[in-house]
Amino acid sequence: MITLTRRQQLFGLAAGASALAVGVRPAFAADTQVAVAANFTEPAREIAGLFRTATGHTATLTFGSSGQIYTQLSRGAPYEVFLSADPDRPSRAEQDGLGVPRSRFTYAIGRIVLFSKTPGLVDANGQVLTTGNFQHIAIADPAAAPYGAAAVQTMRKMGVYNKLKSKIVMGTSITQTYQFVDTGSAELGFVALSQVINLTGGSRWVVPATNHAPIHQQAILLHTSQANPAAKAFLDFLKTPAAIAVIRRYGYEAP
Amino acid sequence: MSEVVWTTIRLAGLTTVLLLALATPLAWWLARNKSWWKEIIAAITALPIVLPPTVLGFYLLIAMAPQSPLMAPFHALGIRTLNFTFTGLVIGSVIYSLPFAVQPIRNAFEAMGPRPMEVAATLRAGPLDAFLTVAVPMARKGYLAAAVLVFAHTVGEFGVVLMIGGAIPGKTQVVSTRIYQLVESMQFGQAHQLAAGLLAFAFAVLLALFLIERRTARTGL
Repeated sequence: MITLTRRQQLFGLAAGASALAVGVRPAFAADTQVAVAANFTEPAREIAGLFRTATGHTATLTFGSSGQIYTQLSRGAPYEVFLSADPDRPSRAEQDGLGVPRSRFTYAIGRIVLFSKTPGLVDANGQVLTTGNFQHIAIADPAAAPYGAAAVQTMRKMGVYNKLKSKIVMGTSITQTYQFVDTGSAELGFVALSQVINLTGGSRWVVPATNHAPIHQQAILLHTSQANPAAKAFLDFLKTPAAIAVIRRYGYEAP
Repeated sequence: MSEVVWTTIRLAGLTTVLLLALATPLAWWLARNKSWWKEIIAAITALPIVLPPTVLGFYLLIAMAPQSPLMAPFHALGIRTLNFTFTGLVIGSVIYSLPFAVQPIRNAFEAMGPRPMEVAATLRAGPLDAFLTVAVPMARKGYLAAAVLVFAHTVGEFGVVLMIGGAIPGKTQVVSTRIYQLVESMQFGQAHQLAAGLLAFAFAVLLALFLIERRTARTGL
């Protein structure tokens, strides 16, 4: 047992109080919890950095598939902003009373790309799908991920879906789909353009946007953010030219 | 839905048979060897208990990818990769459930002591003969526990299958990953059905295991 002198006790108290003061942010700079669809990982990180510089607020990002995030949200996850990969889950959040009505908007329009690590495998028109000279083609689960649904629509439009069906392997998210392609386990796969836009090498076909329904990625403000100005500020920041420049640079179309 | 249940049962059944055969010599060696360094091998065997399945799955994904040196001998047979194949899942499951086979069998061999084998030897039984007719039957309680544990553990396996499976219906889609997929796509009704089935199965397995233990404690099986 250590006995402290009165002076030491007072000193300790002061140190504790100042530690607390550092931990608590002043009212004008707050932190917001943002749940982000996996395909938007890189741009979201960059935008969060710009957001901090511009507003003093910080955004803590959590990544997952849109389906996973929605399931967590409906069970009380403390996210304040939801950047989904589709319009369905945000609109469902709105109907369920989780989201703030009329706060929903499209922040990016996604593009898919047929990508392979092998140079020359994927040609400029995606004709490799017709020749079918491969064992495995990776896509994201179309029931859960809009990027997977767009991949299926593309194959259907080209009339190759039924022929390729037995070669399809599914990732639970677009991130896992990319892992399959990156390790070469699947020779090629449909991934998000944002995932490979900064990558050189391999071979790719950027699927024309007319080959599938547009992938409207929507954001929504959640009711959990009521007392937090940083949440709304983050959503507003997504619409600024600075954020839109980042979004475009990663291969998304801006709305 | 029946297809995914059937794939799961096939995977668990094949893994169980293979593991009982593989674990037998390993467990015997671990039980009989007197040196301290055998525990290094024992620790390696037990790694899958501690490692997160995603770690195991990630290494397997890389090890069974086409450019992996381990896959080189298979290229000659026309096999590019073992990822996304039922065979790949069996390999993954065997590694993942290895400790659950080795541990109970090793314990049973150790509990037996050296005496029965010595007696068998004096009766002029060859080593292999004595092993098969004396040691293995005496360790049957260990084998039963190992079989039940391995089967159940493989049915409950998720992370490894998720990482290397690719969810191909009839080949690499199992109950646990199907539940995940259903929840992801918000088909909660179907997810509930499968999840409840798995819960009932897990309970039945554990109950059976405890009843067996109770019986053997009383009667020595």
